[in-house]
Amino acid sequence: MGYIPHSPAERSALLREIGAASVDDLFSTVPRAVYRTEPPALPAPQSEIELRRGMAAMAGKNADGSRWASFLGAGLYAHHSPAFVSQLLLRGEFLTAYTPYQAEVSQGTLTAIYEFQTHVALLTGMDIANASMYEGASAFVEAVLMAERLSKKRSKVVVSKGVHPEYLTALGTYLANFPFQIVQVPLGPDGRTDAAALAAAVDETTFAVGLQSPNVVGVVEDWQAAADAAHAKGALAIGAVNEMFSLAVLKAPGHAGMDIACGEAASFGVPPSFGGPLVGFLACRDAFKRQIPGRLVGRAVDAQGHEGFCLTLSTREQHIRRERATSNICTNQGLMALAATMTLSALGKNGLRETAVQCLSKAEYFKALVKAKAGAGPCSLAFAGPTFNEFALRCAVPVDTVLSALEAKGILGGVPMARIAPREGAWKDLLLVAVTERNTREQIDRAAEVLRSIR
Amino acid sequence: MSDTSAPGAPAARTDRRRREGSLFDLSHPGRTGVALPPLDVPAIDPPALFGSAHRSEVAGEVEASEVDVVRHFTRLSQLNFAIDTALYPLGSCTMKHNPRINEEVARLAGFSDVHPYTAEHLVQGALELLWLLEERLKTLTGFARVTLQPSAGANGELAGTLMIRAAHVARGNARRHILVPDSAHGTNPASAHFAGYSVIELASNARGTLDLAELEAKLTDEVAALMITVPNTLGVFEENILKITEMVHAKGALVYLDGANFNAFVGKVRPADMGVDVMHMNLHKTFSTPHGGGGPGAGPVGVGPALVPYLPTPTVERDGEVFRLSYDRPGSIGRMRTFHGNFGVLVRALTYIESYGNTIPEVAEAAVLNANYLRKRLEPFYHLKYDAPSYHEVVFSDRKQAAGGIHNIDIAKRLMDYGFHPPTMSFPLIVPGALMIEPTESEPKEELDAFADAMIAIAKECQETPELVHGAPHTTPVGRLDDASTAREASKPGSFAPVLRAPVR
Ligand SMILES: Cc1ncc(COP(=O)(O)O)c(C=O)c1O
Repeated sequence: MGYIPHSPAERSALLREIGAASVDDLFSTVPRAVYRTEPPALPAPQSEIELRRGMAAMAGKNADGSRWASFLGAGLYAHHSPAFVSQLLLRGEFLTAYTPYQAEVSQGTLTAIYEFQTHVALLTGMDIANASMYEGASAFVEAVLMAERLSKKRSKVVVSKGVHPEYLTALGTYLANFPFQIVQVPLGPDGRTDAAALAAAVDETTFAVGLQSPNVVGVVEDWQAAADAAHAKGALAIGAVNEMFSLAVLKAPGHAGMDIACGEAASFGVPPSFGGPLVGFLACRDAFKRQIPGRLVGRAVDAQGHEGFCLTLSTREQHIRRERATSNICTNQGLMALAATMTLSALGKNGLRETAVQCLSKAEYFKALVKAKAGAGPCSLAFAGPTFNEFALRCAVPVDTVLSALEAKGILGGVPMARIAPREGAWKDLLLVAVTERNTREQIDRAAEVLRSIR
Repeated sequence: MSDTSAPGAPAARTDRRRREGSLFDLSHPGRTGVALPPLDVPAIDPPALFGSAHRSEVAGEVEASEVDVVRHFTRLSQLNFAIDTALYPLGSCTMKHNPRINEEVARLAGFSDVHPYTAEHLVQGALELLWLLEERLKTLTGFARVTLQPSAGANGELAGTLMIRAAHVARGNARRHILVPDSAHGTNPASAHFAGYSVIELASNARGTLDLAELEAKLTDEVAALMITVPNTLGVFEENILKITEMVHAKGALVYLDGANFNAFVGKVRPADMGVDVMHMNLHKTFSTPHGGGGPGAGPVGVGPALVPYLPTPTVERDGEVFRLSYDRPGSIGRMRTFHGNFGVLVRALTYIESYGNTIPEVAEAAVLNANYLRKRLEPFYHLKYDAPSYHEVVFSDRKQAAGGIHNIDIAKRLMDYGFHPPTMSFPLIVPGALMIEPTESEPKEELDAFADAMIAIAKECQETPELVHGAPHTTPVGRLDDASTAREASKPGSFAPVLRAPVR
């Protein structure tokens, strides 16, 4: 039965009306050699009772953030999601609609996207933002491709190694078949991108410079220095952010010379969900709007002068421009953008700031314990540069030893850099520790105590 | 739209049922909608720490209470049309019912509150789920492996074409072109382009299917692949698919199948059996994960043995009872994105597959049955440019009505007044004035009939009261809105300046 409404009699009636003797008749143009009359080799159908049982058994084998003290981040941060968000996302009018091609019956979705675009523009200090990208890495890649189109005939992109390694891997994947060169600039001893090396790498063939702040080891970067280095040679500057709460206390890329901002906005109410669905974003200066990828919503008026919203500038998109489109993206992350919009609306200006200050204060508290005389056993702070809510520990014993000790006390202690950047030998003894407003002082004290006990 | 409020009624209140506006206009300084526990560590003063890098506020951000926010978004939701309200025949998008058990399961803390970088031995259930979904999709498609990483169909197309390219490069020549029929969805040529190929378009034959002579003529040694959709975007099955895949392989090229229309044959044909080398599936279509007002989706890609070496990493492997991530794939194209794909979408899709199990062919059967029933009822009233047998969807056109000056867009807008979402109109490009109708298997006979009755009534209106159709919709929260009306007073005359965000107040 599944979710098909027809009774056997109704099914026969429909067949009769069509004039088909059997369902097989409807498939008569499928070559017989491949047409299967036997059911597929799958188990018998399951009812809700069985599905609940089986799925809960699998879910029960995973360490979740409600039972464990988690300090995992590295590009995805488990913040509080207001209870109403998950509930409103279940409203069928949001959940079971699709891309708002038909504005007159989609004002709910369109208004929310317009708000999302506004939130992203405000946070990043940019003029405009699109309706969402898949997630941080593809948003970063799309930003680079966009910068290339704007540059005309330049061939090099200079990226900091402080950009999330999976963003850089994705960049390599997408750019593999274009004649573009990717140059990576290392981090300096304080954990910031080496400014001199960056400036030296940029030349007249460079179309873009890519920087992430806070970067992959948690250190706050200097947007303006990167933007100046890019602009000095006529290149564009791309600022990636994947901990969006940082923008409540740190200068926005758009206020510090960057031309395009991109990254991951899942910090706003989107559960980690083992890494997806998340919500990428892309924002830029108004002058670049014809090269932006993805959907855009604009304010409109009908014949009676009533205001509303509709999709706009769609001649950039694949359904019209085909192989000359600014991107191939079609389905995006609409519902997650809605979750972020709802969360931002509830947080508002004050909640954003308060949450950011809590994250910052708790991370600094943890760092202070590491730096204190009693110390953190084999672990010490890896970099002196300023951080927001994530920092790297250097471990004098194998990182796995540290993680096992923490695990024994119910703590997911952090992300080993070796896991996300296995080829960077210099990072193999680093452990990334992220702190959010969900972490308590007790959890931090407990973690520090475990570290002190490691021999 | 006429003003229906009674004389003297407070205008703003009656208006609210129709228009909500943006929350940026409803903000009240000092309000907030989230309370945190008191800070339990010493407070840090951000400017002291960050100096000139400090930002003191996000100027212009909303200030609202939880009540404000919940009401705002609830009211917004009421302005939307959705599957939960009625048949949503948006062709090619497979707007089927979204079972709520899938939502419940995806929200279990053991799935939703799990970080992707949790140590592998602590996420054995999540890895098992990925492994099991891959197994299920392998069974349904006949492919050797399936990557679950791509975020949506178009992302899967790109992953697939990148793998095709990697395979050709390994054989010594990347080749230059990808063949795409003129009936294809826009993402096909766009994805081929982003994989570094130039697109050669294939003109369809009189049946709307691939023309074998055209294929023969354009299939040179520089063709890397054919990208084909089955059933195609007209809802017509490529009867010659076996011959087509044979011709393509004979030239050393590969066959990419756009699996957006898998709903028409899931469980009844394994695409690998047709000679297909690589195919994406849109889990948000065939496997019922909610479209969410534009996304998220998931676009797993199945591949035959020739492309297995190039799959994105990591893959999930099973060693006895243990599941692990493997990065050991030297030829891999790399990564399409961070982490392990749209996991929450994958959870929903697996739940859906398990709910049907071996009865899943009934999905395809009912989807095809429903589309054929609508075709039968509407054929006397709307022009059918290609009359080959229909599968899961049928593409009519406005040709009969256009003679009287009424176009597909007018018919679409009028459908709204009858309580239905319009069909797809933006493609296939080979049908001018297209009305692409896909009812899906979710619709009972009475809903199909109500839709057919509405379409037939509109066909009559086109003749008798055309102004009613031209001026539609008449009952929606706003009247017709189009792209051009997003332009604000541009500073330069003639320049188009859409308003893309709320102004800072
Ligand atoms: C035929 C066809 N191919 C490809 C796609 C692209 O899939 P997605 O929107 O998931 O990226 C679509 C979706 O709309 C489609 O209808």
